[in-house]
Amino acid sequence: MQLINDKKNGKPVGRALATATCALLGVQATTTLAKDQPGEWDVETALLIYSETDDRVQAAEPVISATRNFDGDKKLNLKLVADTLTGASPSGATPSDLPQTFTRPSGSGSYTVDAGEAPLDDSFKDTRVAVSGSWTAPLNRDYTYSVGAYGSREYDYLSTAVNGSLSRYLNNKNTTLTGGLSLGVDIVDPVGGAPVGLSRMALRDNKIEAEFDQEFAATRESDDTKTLVDALFGVTQVINRRTLMQFNYGVSYSSGYLTDPYKILSVIDESAGANYGGNLIGADGNPVYLYENRPDTRMKHSLYWQTKYMLDNGDVMDGSYRFMIDDWGITSHTIDLKYRWRLANSYLEPHFRYYMQSEADFYQRYLTESEYNSGTPTVSEASADYRLGELTGMTFGAKWGYRLDEDRELAIRAEYMIQSNDGDEGFGKLTSHDLYPDTNAMWLQLSYNF
Amino acid sequence: MPTSILFSRRRLRQVGTWLTLSATLAASGCSNLGVKPWERDLLADSDMQLTVSGVDAGLDDHIYFSKEASSGGRGFGGGGCGCN
Repeated sequence: MQLINDKKNGKPVGRALATATCALLGVQATTTLAKDQPGEWDVETALLIYSETDDRVQAAEPVISATRNFDGDKKLNLKLVADTLTGASPSGATPSDLPQTFTRPSGSGSYTVDAGEAPLDDSFKDTRVAVSGSWTAPLNRDYTYSVGAYGSREYDYLSTAVNGSLSRYLNNKNTTLTGGLSLGVDIVDPVGGAPVGLSRMALRDNKIEAEFDQEFAATRESDDTKTLVDALFGVTQVINRRTLMQFNYGVSYSSGYLTDPYKILSVIDESAGANYGGNLIGADGNPVYLYENRPDTRMKHSLYWQTKYMLDNGDVMDGSYRFMIDDWGITSHTIDLKYRWRLANSYLEPHFRYYMQSEADFYQRYLTESEYNSGTPTVSEASADYRLGELTGMTFGAKWGYRLDEDRELAIRAEYMIQSNDGDEGFGKLTSHDLYPDTNAMWLQLSYNF
Repeated sequence: MPTSILFSRRRLRQVGTWLTLSATLAASGCSNLGVKPWERDLLADSDMQLTVSGVDAGLDDHIYFSKEASSGGRGFGGGGCGCN
């Protein structure tokens, strides 16, 4: 006997739980409307357009995800994602009341930022292709396993991972326990080579090219690797006829090159005088900028709780909360709420997300002259990357979907995100600049499933 | 010992306490929860899946991964790009 919901295109009973299992894998469960019939492909396609204000990052990202169903609840999922990024990204340097010239990451060429403007590195262009696959199958009546692999390639970065998980059904399948493990190796091969952490950016002004080349080469090291181990333990519980709940604990350990090779810090003059709070000027007559340096290990713990609830009228509420803590000193809280208002053949789903994080122990908006210590920094790690600072983000969005028939759905989704940073406002000249500009982004997604 | 390390250890202990509490709740409470096989009609609805669209979730996870210091929770956080 197959238990179905005859009112709304019913599905086999274990599907919600099976999806929970899949969700624990990096490759998410992908079927939404498909009939799950053996021998059929269920396909999800989407195009995402992402845009940040102030000429920052712009991206276009097509996705195709296909799931082949086999007899006995076995599934093969294949997913292909491509994205093209252009635009500018904050370099980490502080604004100045003078124009600032920076060397491009490759060492060939420079770019200049106007006085008072936030330093953005406009040499940011990349194309990424990611492929992933997963195989999910029952071992017996009580266990289901899943194995998967992931690979992505961009100009300066290669990422690979394998993962596996095992789920155990208990209490008449009202409870599912899942354990999963993912192992990844990334190769970081930055344009121009990875900079030596906290070394001074070589600048062309006031020197001949050979002198610059020698200085630039001295700040470079070869490519580097990063390894990642993720473990996830989850409990999915049917609470009652209308409520499903999931609770996950995840631990993630990464080691190797965790620094962002394109981020820098300004060194600020703290000597009393006309340049108090301005860029420190080195012996070569140029401002002093240092490449950032992060710790070479990071351990993160996360707790995740999600609840789905169906109202009497058939609408569905979806709420989740995530707490994360790591040994870089960052803690974060994420709340995500969705309400699916279901109409005859369509639905409208408003969405709200709130995110808040504390800053990393080594986050500094700038370094002072005394911390720079004439080229022998008194700190071993420092980053001005705003993503490691005190950050609050809010996203408002909505999705509208139209179900053409049992198998096909057309949907459009729009999201708007506002991120704001906060922190040390500096001293002297620095106080007249906005050190923490907001980041506003919006994305629009068109989807077609068949 | 630096204050930050002490603070960090205290927070990790808080996580441990949460985990113990949750595991206890899961072990003791779950057997009393749930539905009979004939009461699963609503739970079987596709909109009641924990992740209704894997593609939406994957795209959003990638955006937030590259704009925030946190990742994972629902699934593996992992790597996958040089954006953070």
